Amino acid sequence: MKDKSNKNIITRRQAIKTGAAISVAPMVFSKGAYAANFTNDPGYKSSVTLGFNVPQTGAYADEGADELRAFKLAVKHLNGEGDGGMMNTMKPMNLRGNGILGKKVTYVTGDTQTKSDAARASAKRMIEKDGVIMFSGGSSSGVAIAVQGLAQELGVVFMAGLTHSNDTTGKDKRRYGFRHFFNAKMSGSALGPVLKDEMGTERKAYHLTADYTWGWTQEQSIQETTEGLGWSTTAKVRTPVGAGDFSQFITPVLNSGADTLILNHYGKDMINSLTQAVQFGLRDKQVEGKNFEIIVPLYSRLMAQGAGDNLKGILGTANWDWQLQDEGSKAFVRSFGKEYGFPPSMAAQTCYVQTLLYANACENAGTFYPPEVIRQLEGFEFDGMGNGATEYRAEDHQCFKNVLVVRGNQNPTSSYDLLDIVKEVPRADVEYDASIFGGELGPYKV
Amino acid sequence: MDAILIQLLNGLDKGAAYALIALGLTLVFGTLGVVNFAHGALFLIGAFCAVSFQKVVTISKKILDPNITYFDAYIEQPYLEIWMGDTGLAIIDYAVPLSLFFAVPIMLLVGLAMERGLIQFFYKRSHAEQILVTFGLAIVLQEIIRHFYGANPIPTPAPDIVSGSAQVGLWIGLGDTLVYPWWRIIYLISSVGIITAVFSFLNLTTFGMVVRAGMADRQMVGFLGINIQRKFTIIFALAAIVAGVAGAMYAPILPPDYHMGMDFLVISFVIVVVGGMGSLRGAVASGFLLGVLQSLAAMTAVSSILPGIEQIIIYLVAVIVLLTRPRGLMGRKGVMDE
Repeated sequence: MKDKSNKNIITRRQAIKTGAAISVAPMVFSKGAYAANFTNDPGYKSSVTLGFNVPQTGAYADEGADELRAFKLAVKHLNGEGDGGMMNTMKPMNLRGNGILGKKVTYVTGDTQTKSDAARASAKRMIEKDGVIMFSGGSSSGVAIAVQGLAQELGVVFMAGLTHSNDTTGKDKRRYGFRHFFNAKMSGSALGPVLKDEMGTERKAYHLTADYTWGWTQEQSIQETTEGLGWSTTAKVRTPVGAGDFSQFITPVLNSGADTLILNHYGKDMINSLTQAVQFGLRDKQVEGKNFEIIVPLYSRLMAQGAGDNLKGILGTANWDWQLQDEGSKAFVRSFGKEYGFPPSMAAQTCYVQTLLYANACENAGTFYPPEVIRQLEGFEFDGMGNGATEYRAEDHQCFKNVLVVRGNQNPTSSYDLLDIVKEVPRADVEYDASIFGGELGPYKV
Repeated sequence: MDAILIQLLNGLDKGAAYALIALGLTLVFGTLGVVNFAHGALFLIGAFCAVSFQKVVTISKKILDPNITYFDAYIEQPYLEIWMGDTGLAIIDYAVPLSLFFAVPIMLLVGLAMERGLIQFFYKRSHAEQILVTFGLAIVLQEIIRHFYGANPIPTPAPDIVSGSAQVGLWIGLGDTLVYPWWRIIYLISSVGIITAVFSFLNLTTFGMVVRAGMADRQMVGFLGINIQRKFTIIFALAAIVAGVAGAMYAPILPPDYHMGMDFLVISFVIVVVGGMGSLRGAVASGFLLGVLQSLAAMTAVSSILPGIEQIIIYLVAVIVLLTRPRGLMGRKGVMDE
């Protein structure tokens, strides 16, 4: 006989059923329930925070300052302020000027000091203390590779700033790292035909190379290109980063028999080595009837300002230039120029574009959940952001777009008119097989 | 042969810069007993005297640039050119040599202010404390420079007439392949001139004799009724002027940036140690010696056998000297002997 007085007591079976229902209910009623368990999920917060990790001190501080200007402008545009910049030209685009997924965008900044350990510490602080949902920036491949590894470990997307080493999207590529900037391999492919036209197929090249990942890969890529043209390589000399005085490395070039000096240097090192190469009369020199030539495979406008007249007539490549006449570039230059009174550098452009691309990927995914955002970025094809039609290749997270071959302007009309665009090399000419550099992207879910 | 000669020349040139900084560093140590890690900052300030002078003479009128239509951008035309035509352009061209007239009084003031305002309070403190405070001062000064001038190197060219290279090979009958930049030759000659002037001042004047006496026995000079402290203050200012002039003249060789003082300080300190703390001759000799060794080590023939040797040669020599002769090549007996 059953005891009626115990009718309100919950049976074991009822308890299990109720518990199961309670635990399943949020998954049924919330879209993207998987999103509840990832690093720095903004949940019901009204804002999201982005981290801008740039060199604010050290040799690349000026470049970092320009990157930061671009990031701030991107945040402004994402939140619906200002003239919208490239949000008026980007196609396809889901951004509406109401932040990202309706959440206002805020940001924190960090100082990489162009040192891998400092950059990692700063990025870690942004992720663990400031709760950033994505971080970006940087002006060095060493830094980019270091923080990209951290991004993978902690499950936060890293949209790289200026990094040109093949390794960033080659052997050190990561699922959580994306590079909009071009790389050394693409510089070589773009430069090759122009070098052939202007300097012929019989030259002896002497490389001075910054002794770190970017320098090594650029040296390799440019050597492959020039030797492919029929040039020989006289010597490859590694120089310490930040050497200051390069005269001891320049003087051996004079008697080496080489007729071309390739400076695989960037930033302050490039300014110093080029200045000293010119001082030692290399540009006035003739070797076996040929004019001695200097090549700087990676250029930037900020560097050009530092090198002054020494850069006039020297060939190199650039990711982007403010004088491009496509609608996206014009919109960005107008917006940046009105805000700050001068045109943006290519580092600024890449950082601005990276921020918008990440935001757009979140809108496309309908969530901040990194694996879904990553899937949206992989293989994403877009236009209207400078350099023509562009694709974020899924296999290595490298962006492919037109590459600029530039030359130091012989007759500048303003203090910003420092580089002449010699050729806009089509994207198809700089594409390569993603597998040649090896590396593994790693898992989506960490 | 050409390769050896050009590296030798380059080493002497590099050594001249090291010697000028090391000379001031050891002068201050020998007189005041202060290990001045802010001495590299004086070289930096000198270089930025040249930069500042160049900026002053190129102050420009802004004219709206018709080529840029997206936003208001400006073309700059120096007022000196507008007002004085070719004469104005010549002044701009000769900005670096002219900046020396600006650098000397500035460095004198900076030296006096540094010694009276900070260094004098650390005469009787330990060397460790002196190093800490002067190193801190160096960082403060370089950050001030960075705040006002940015982090990028600033091109500060030599006058056009000496911007190319001299056919040194033709001068000595070795053909036209041996060339060397004019401004570096000027720098080398000027450095030798400055070093000679400093030695002459210390050896041929009464002031110098008193200072040398004070370096040998400060107390005895005091007993003779001479205010040796005041003379040492002047010596500090002299060291500042030497470092400043060296920096200003170095600006066309290496575009100045906020960190250049630190780059030179470390090497110069090693040079002082190798030459012998407080030894003026030692500082100069070791400056030139290490400059030449560093340059020769960079030769392809050497670096192909010992890769990277040019980066460590100075420190290698320092280690050998400290192990075999702790007081340095020309150091006074008793100083760092143990």
